[in-house]
Amino acid sequence: MNADKVLDAKGLACPMPIVKTRKEMKDMDSGQVLEIQATDKGASADLTAWAKSGGHELLEQQVDGDVLKFWIKKG
Amino acid sequence: MSVKAMTAAQVARKVIDNEPLFILDVRNGDAFADWKIEGGNIQYLNIPYFDLLDGVEEVIDQLPKDRDILVVCAKEGSSIMVADMLADEGVETAYLSGGMKAWSEHLEPVKVGDLKDGGELYQFVRIGKGCLSYMAISGGEAAVIDATRMTDVFLNFAQEKGAAIKHVFDSHLHADHISGGRQIAQATGATYYLPPADAEEVVFDYTPLEGGFDAAFGSSKVEALYSPGHTIGSTSFIVDDQYLMTGDILFIDSIGRPDLAGLAEDWVGDLRESLYSRYQALANELVVLPAHFMIMEELNEDGSVAKKLGDLFKENHGLNIEDEQEFRDMVTKNLPPQPNAYQDIRKTNMGKITPEEEMQREMEIGPNRCAVR
Repeated sequence: MNADKVLDAKGLACPMPIVKTRKEMKDMDSGQVLEIQATDKGASADLTAWAKSGGHELLEQQVDGDVLKFWIKKG
Repeated sequence: MSVKAMTAAQVARKVIDNEPLFILDVRNGDAFADWKIEGGNIQYLNIPYFDLLDGVEEVIDQLPKDRDILVVCAKEGSSIMVADMLADEGVETAYLSGGMKAWSEHLEPVKVGDLKDGGELYQFVRIGKGCLSYMAISGGEAAVIDATRMTDVFLNFAQEKGAAIKHVFDSHLHADHISGGRQIAQATGATYYLPPADAEEVVFDYTPLEGGFDAAFGSSKVEALYSPGHTIGSTSFIVDDQYLMTGDILFIDSIGRPDLAGLAEDWVGDLRESLYSRYQALANELVVLPAHFMIMEELNEDGSVAKKLGDLFKENHGLNIEDEQEFRDMVTKNLPPQPNAYQDIRKTNMGKITPEEEMQREMEIGPNRCAVR
């Protein structure tokens, strides 16, 4: 899946994946897609809930070995 | 303003002593709804940490001034962040060291009684998840029943008591938590017993545990009583004709569910027979010690989970359903959700898979859900 930007949050523990995602999103335009790569297992449920509460859309989620990948479209 | 850590052991003490506590749980709403720190005198506020990144001002009004505040998250990182933010605003709180993972793993040893000739019986209350394990000690020897994977706790406890672990039992193949039985047996040279009917797919060596079997430790003994129904192999234990370890067949305020190995319809008859015939034939004076509790009301004042069999026959709803069809419906229909990752937990307990410790923690997240009420 194509992304306008990729955020490497691998190796970061909660809350940093969300803190960084939020910061990246602020600099993006509505409709743009951010790809997030994380290794913290809690990121899956938290990014889903965060995207929902912030009005963003979680387009896709994949597992690639130890790396969790998310594509979120800014709302 | 400082941010203090509170350990899972300190929180467990507060829960058992029914002390007031306010929990600001900053996990996401689903995680909070699924599983949280339970206690009779706890007030809660759940706001996910990611909704507080812009500031905590709006939360401060909702926090009490007259009780301790504990900030809780999954592992501790987010709770430290929120506690720091609150401290900057002049609000003193503590965070739960290690988060809900540490809470899930904490074991509180509680003495449940004396055995003859100076022996002792301890219950290990896994207060965050509702699992109960046992160590019976007599004459420098010990028997361990339904140990959890925090094996150091059992090994260290036996060492402190100057006891050598001789026998390690699992009442059945667990589906809600990973057993530490095999590891404890390996570390101590003890014999590891499993009911053979539950162990058909097990890939390691074990000693078959058959009904009628007994094992001596010091001046005491453990007897096995075959009591199927939660699983086809489920076995109870009687220690010195005083204590009845019921595994996941009978709890204080509920009974076992027969469906976690996928065979509810097949096993409901066994469950009925174990509860209504086999247990009925036992002495009312036996103290029932189950492998789980589901609600904090099942705890006694000292934190133990124990009640006389005769009292349970009077008070436990699941032991008082005369109509067999009604019983059948209760335990096969409207069952609660199954425990998190229960299939993988069963495979781990069979030795078929060996997940890393971090993965084992993730698999055990959440409540145990082994009962029907």
